[in-house]
Amino acid sequence: MAKNKEETVLITKDGIRHDGRKREDLREISFEVGVLDRADGSCLIEWGRNKILAAVYGPRELHPKHMQMPSQAYIRCEYRMATFSVPDRKRPAPNRREKEISKLLGEALDPALFTYLYPRSVIDVFIEVLQADGGTRCAAITAASLALADAGIPMRDLVSGVAAGNLSGKVVLDLDDIEDKEGEGDLPIAYLPNLEKVVLLQSDGIFTPDQYKEALDMLVPACKKVYQLQRKAITDKYSQINDAVQKDIDAEAKAKPAKDKKKADESKAKDDKKDKKKADDGKKSKADKEDKKKKGLKKPSKKKDDKKQASKEKEAKKD
Amino acid sequence: MTKKGLISVVEREHILSLLNHGKRTDGRSFNEFRKIQIIPGYVQKAEGSAIAKIGKSKVIAGVKAQMGAPFPDTPNKGVITTTVELVPVAAPEFESGPPREYAIELARVADRAIRESEAVSNEDLVIIPSKSVWILFIDIYVLDHDGNLYDACELAALGALLNTQIPDVKIVTNEKGEEVVEVLETTHPLVMKHTPISCTFSKIGDNIIVDPNYDEESIQDTRLTLAFTEENKICSTQKGESGSFSVEEIKKCIDIAAERTKDIRSQLDKIVDPQGYPWSEESS
Repeated sequence: MAKNKEETVLITKDGIRHDGRKREDLREISFEVGVLDRADGSCLIEWGRNKILAAVYGPRELHPKHMQMPSQAYIRCEYRMATFSVPDRKRPAPNRREKEISKLLGEALDPALFTYLYPRSVIDVFIEVLQADGGTRCAAITAASLALADAGIPMRDLVSGVAAGNLSGKVVLDLDDIEDKEGEGDLPIAYLPNLEKVVLLQSDGIFTPDQYKEALDMLVPACKKVYQLQRKAITDKYSQINDAVQKDIDAEAKAKPAKDKKKADESKAKDDKKDKKKADDGKKSKADKEDKKKKGLKKPSKKKDDKKQASKEKEAKKD
Repeated sequence: MTKKGLISVVEREHILSLLNHGKRTDGRSFNEFRKIQIIPGYVQKAEGSAIAKIGKSKVIAGVKAQMGAPFPDTPNKGVITTTVELVPVAAPEFESGPPREYAIELARVADRAIRESEAVSNEDLVIIPSKSVWILFIDIYVLDHDGNLYDACELAALGALLNTQIPDVKIVTNEKGEEVVEVLETTHPLVMKHTPISCTFSKIGDNIIVDPNYDEESIQDTRLTLAFTEENKICSTQKGESGSFSVEEIKKCIDIAAERTKDIRSQLDKIVDPQGYPWSEESS
C-alpha cells in the first residue's frame, strides 16, 4: 500500500512530521454527543480522519444468565470495523484483533463506572469504526466514555485515550495510519484524568525504557487535553437543551396575555398541575442528587438528570 | 472482565493479608520468579518444539513450517502466525471449542513480542520473492495452569523457535521454464535475530508482584506484561483485567521487568535443558 516508503519523511530534524504537526501535537478532535435516537447513549467522534460511532445500551438484563455477575454489572464491549473503513476491504467477520481490542476496551471502561450499582446486568458498549486512520482504539474509548455519560450511567471519571509513537527514535503523540505503519513503535494508553490512573496500556514496536517513560510523561497532559474537549462536548449538549427549554418557556410567557380569559383559566389549572409535578420532580431530583453525592458522582450524570427534568417540564407544558 | 477463578474468601483474605505484610503464600519475594525450565525438542515430528515450565504451569509449543505465498504487501517477508489453545486438560474452567477472548489475547501477546522484536529473520523465510515463502505456525497448548500463562507461552514459543529446523530447498526450472521449489531431506537451523522475553506483573490491592501463581491471579485487580529484547528495549506491552495503574507504578514495573528479563536471559543456557523431564514435580 505505502509503496513510496522512501519518499515519506516521517519526522524532520526539527521535529516536524509528515503532516506538519509537531511532536506533541494532536490531530483535530471533535465530538457529537447523542447522535443516535434509539440508543440510550451515543457519541460520534471525528479524530483526524478517524470517524467512529459509539452507542450504549443498558444497564439491561444479561443473557445468557450464566454470564451474570452477582455483585456487579458486566461491561460488554464490541469494537468492530466497517468493511470499507480501511484501504483493502476488511472481511466482515470479527477478526482476532477486533476481539482483543473489544476485551481490552471493556476492561478499561470498567474502572470508570460504578458497576456495583447494577448487579446481574449488562452495559453494552458498541463501537463501529466507520473510517480508520490510526489510533482507533484510543478514539474509540474516548467516544465510548462520552456515550456512557450520555446514557446517564454513574461514572467516577471520563476515559481519555491518546497514543504515543516512536518515529526514528523520537517520541511523538497521536500517530496517524502512515506513521503507525512506517514508524518504529506505537504505545496507546487510556487514562482517567481526575483519578490519574492508566486503564489501558499496550505497546508494539521498539521503545527503550527511557523513550517509554518519556512517552508516558507526554501522554498524561495530552489525555488531560482530550478530557477538556470531552467535557466541553457533553456540557455543550445540555446547555443547548437548557437554552431550548428556556426559549419555550419565554415564548409561552409572552403568548399568555394575548389569550382570552377562558383559555387563561384553563392554562391556570394546567399550571397548577405543572407546578405540582415540578415540585414532585424537584423533590425527586434533590433526593437523587443527595444520593449521588454520597456515591461521589461527577458532572455528566448529573447533567443527564437536568436533561431528564428539562424534558419532563417540556412534556408537562405540551399537554 | 473475565470471570476469575473460584477462590474461597478465607484464601483470598489470607493471600491479601500476607501481601500487605510483604509476603507471598509460596515464600517468594514480590519480584521473584518461580523456577523456569525449558525442555526443547519434545515433539520430533514438529520442525521445532519446547515445553516451558514456570513453577507448576506447563505449556508446550510446536512450530510447523509450510510453504505458501507471502502477503501481497510484504513480498519479501515470511509469515509467522501464533495461536494458543486452552485445552481442557489444563484447568477445570477450560472447555473445548473455538478459542475464546482469553486465548486470543494470550496468543496475540505472545505473537506481538516475537513479531515486533523481529525475533525471526523474516528475510530468511523467503524462498522465491513474492512467490513462495515459509509460513511458520507457532501453536501453543497450555497443559497445566498454575498462573502466569503469558510468560509461559512466550518462553515456550521462544524455546520452540530456538530449536526449529527448516528444510533445505533447491529451486529448479522445469521443462515449461517455471521455477519450482524442491524440498530436500536436509535441514538447517532457523536464524533468530532476537530473543524477546516477557515479565508479567499482577496488581493485588496496592501490591505489585512478579509471576503470579494461579491463586494470586484469581484475586488480581489487574495485570501487566512487558517484553524486552536482549538490547534492553521494550518490544511489547499488554495491560489486562479491569483495574488500573498509576504512571509511577508503570515506570517502576519497567525497571523491574528490565532486570528480571535480563536475569532469565543470562541463565538461558541453564534454563534450556534437553535432558529435563517435563512431568516431574520439582519444588520451586
